[in-house]
Amino acid sequence: MDDSELTDRLSRDLDGTFEHLVEAHVDRCFSIALRVLGNPHDAEEVAQDALVRAYRALGGYEPQRIRELRLRAWLATIVVNLCRNRVRRHPVPTTPIEPLVETGREPAASDASDPARIASVAADRERLAGLLATLPDRYRIPVVLRHVDDLSYAELAEVLGRPEGTVKAQVSRGLAMLRAALPANELEELTA
Amino acid sequence: MSTIPAPRPRLSDDLPGGLHDVLATPAPIHVREQVLVDVGLADRMAPIDSPLGTLWVAWNGRGVSEVEQAENGAEAAARHEAWTGRRTTIADALPGHLAATIERRLAGETHVRIPLDLRGRTEFEVAVWTKALEIPRGEVRPYGWIAAEIGRPKAVRAVGTALGHNPVPLIVPCHRVVRTDGTIGQYSLGGPRNKRTILAAEGLDPVALEDAARRGERLSGSTTTKIACWPTCRHARRVKDRYRVSFRSLREARARGYRPCKVCRPTAIEAAA
Repeated sequence: MDDSELTDRLSRDLDGTFEHLVEAHVDRCFSIALRVLGNPHDAEEVAQDALVRAYRALGGYEPQRIRELRLRAWLATIVVNLCRNRVRRHPVPTTPIEPLVETGREPAASDASDPARIASVAADRERLAGLLATLPDRYRIPVVLRHVDDLSYAELAEVLGRPEGTVKAQVSRGLAMLRAALPANELEELTA
Repeated sequence: MSTIPAPRPRLSDDLPGGLHDVLATPAPIHVREQVLVDVGLADRMAPIDSPLGTLWVAWNGRGVSEVEQAENGAEAAARHEAWTGRRTTIADALPGHLAATIERRLAGETHVRIPLDLRGRTEFEVAVWTKALEIPRGEVRPYGWIAAEIGRPKAVRAVGTALGHNPVPLIVPCHRVVRTDGTIGQYSLGGPRNKRTILAAEGLDPVALEDAARRGERLSGSTTTKIACWPTCRHARRVKDRYRVSFRSLREARARGYRPCKVCRPTAIEAAA
């Protein structure tokens, strides 16, 4: 079910449709929260809280307003705001407390047949997640929204409440910082 | 022998989701479930101890949605699912705060707020159940009293039906509502025997109650205060035997110069008649 069909059905039957919304968006919400906060436990809570808030908000909206919602950006906004509130309350360390792979929360790499490849992808994931966590919020959040999630710059501008040009620059600057932090021999193939 | 290098993530401004393959992570399955339970689109069910043995309590983010007797959790959940249309999963125990408030309510504390999920029930049913909540532990009231108190004095039978449909027995104490002739009456949670068991556990003597009703003692008064009460009203029970009188009706009590108690409000008996 795509988002326009979702919003159309939500506007007519919230309770009958909400589970489809959860199914379609829970992984995005979790991924955004995980890469912004760097901690799977907090990310679970934020993803859960965001969807519950979405349900309550939808319950108070007129059908017309629900049909006009841009779901992806709207949900991302809720997640990002909850992440920011949480960071404000309990500042998190800039690196993950434990390697994500060892907690068993990371999915197995897609090509399961080749152990060398799995190890390599897992190592990449860990290294990139670690690097991402070191970026300041104003670069990390735009990079996560643009590249972990795949929002457009227009959606990004909406979520962050900043002009499109600004978010573009922030994403680009964030990526540049990631590149700069990668070992020189990986620079080329990662950024080619 | 050469190995094929693993695909590397690319960082490019033009390609949305460039990091997606590496850093996007599916949410654990329990996040979905918890969201649906929190918003009240799915329920959980867990056992509690009661004077009637193990009961199964269903709940979601809106409140407790059912209390039922069943052989086991699977049977309870299947029945609850069929009744509500909501997916119901078995949990080991109730959330701590909910278990604590239910325990305190069953122990007789009146000012414990237990949220209830009564979606899909009629306004009349909810009015009946809400009124039943006012009856203190260790006391009983007739169906007619509830009917009168909710402003539907002629709906005595409908009150009985609504109490029979009480989805949350014990929490909403429908066992404290008895027949207008003073007999104990029916009970939805496993029949009249259970009703007697619970009333006895709450400190009442069901046999003595019915005996008194048979003798026509519908109201109880005190010769010192000239106030008439339902016999189980806490103000009636503390009256010493030598000052106690009983009446067949409020009319009789009035005729003898007694006024109705302002706490248990036995006025209803006339309105209901």
